[in-house]
Amino acid sequence: MRVIVDYPKCCGAGQCVMVAPKVFDQRDDGMVILLDETPPPELHRAVREAAIVCPGAAIRLEERAG
Amino acid sequence: MTTTSVLVVGASLGGLTVVEALRREGFSGSVTLLGAERHLPYDRPPLSKRVLLSAMEPSQTQLRPQSTLDQLHAELVLSDPAVCLDASRHEVKTASGRVLAADVIVLATGLVPRKLSGQDGLSGVYVLRTLDDALALKSALVPGKKLVVVGDGVLGTEIAATACSLGLAVTLVGPQSLPMRSQLGPLVGSCLGTLHSLRGVNLRLGTGVASLRSDSSVVTGVCLQSGEELSADLVVVAMGSLPATDWLAGSGLQIADGVVCDSRLRAAPNIYAVGDVARFSHEKLGSLVRLENRTNAVEQGLCVAANILGTDTPYLPVPYFWTDQFDVKIQVHGFVSADAEAVVVEGDPASGPFVVLYGSHGKVTGLCGWNAVRQIRQHRAHVMDGTAWQTIREQFPTK
Repeated sequence: MRVIVDYPKCCGAGQCVMVAPKVFDQRDDGMVILLDETPPPELHRAVREAAIVCPGAAIRLEERAG
Repeated sequence: MTTTSVLVVGASLGGLTVVEALRREGFSGSVTLLGAERHLPYDRPPLSKRVLLSAMEPSQTQLRPQSTLDQLHAELVLSDPAVCLDASRHEVKTASGRVLAADVIVLATGLVPRKLSGQDGLSGVYVLRTLDDALALKSALVPGKKLVVVGDGVLGTEIAATACSLGLAVTLVGPQSLPMRSQLGPLVGSCLGTLHSLRGVNLRLGTGVASLRSDSSVVTGVCLQSGEELSADLVVVAMGSLPATDWLAGSGLQIADGVVCDSRLRAAPNIYAVGDVARFSHEKLGSLVRLENRTNAVEQGLCVAANILGTDTPYLPVPYFWTDQFDVKIQVHGFVSADAEAVVVEGDPASGPFVVLYGSHGKVTGLCGWNAVRQIRQHRAHVMDGTAWQTIREQFPTK
């Protein structure tokens, strides 16, 4: 899995940080910081949830089958 | 009954979320997504902010690229509003004459903006709900023009802030004593009023609009209920919205400020509602609730998809919404009412970032952060857990 953040779309809600704190953090102004562009499998479920609930639709995932 | 086909009426975020979640969970039956607008599914929150400011191209509001939509293997029918539902036959008729039938139907038709009487047919008067609305308003926001925004809720205050930043002379009119008072309470509402005043928005609060003034079908101003008259080159009407349920008249579904649903978001056997249009039974609050925000559309979409697939999941949200006004981001978790008790737990409302907790019926029910995106995270647990209000009062005695 590769995580792609569309930074201009980030609205600083911090939902991703609450769902997947090992993969996302926030700057003081709220903008997302991507901590791990290729998170390990045990975090994939949380990262998928972060992408779904992101209020700015700013998180995109590239997933390979297998 | 095994579900072999799903029809989602409404091709915005809530509807799209249902379709995506069904496919993600392995649903292999047929799926149809029916939309009234000509656009592919797009995101609404940027419309009143970055799209108007030209900080975001209108095309960037599109929620998914075409290639991602293609992978859903859903039939996408656009520019064709639903006009009638036969709930017993599970059939929807559309404006173009299509008849669509499915085992399961999801209602996700959203809202229609409230209007002032006499507004239709008058040029210079705008509402903001759709992308086309935003594009029309954007082209009218010319620096130096006099704009009156009618409505002191989230949308009205955001549009006022955006237009003021663009250099228009803005007056904000609304019936509440403070902007967004009913959503934020008096403490934060007062801060918001101060922010707008300092940045140059002319506030005319505590009075509604009696009528629009016009000359040769062009708006020239508004008459307030207080008797005052304001001249205007353009007027934005943001007085809230009504659930888009006209098309459900005669369907047999219960309609009362939205599609009335049970705690599983079910309006009738195999008929669900999601998003702004759904008024659901909240099991913990013991009352019917209808929420108008983006997070709710997503979470309800996920819940309905799970229920279609047989999980029997109640919808128990802790709501979240945010608003960006000038350089301030206001974030609200949970339920806030204007009459709830409010305690500042971090920062100082007089001087910058702060966090407020709200208590009602002995428990923490909500929180609001003012430019406090990192700070609110540590307080959110109080909202999730419903911490005893007394605990908060003891920890943060008011001066």
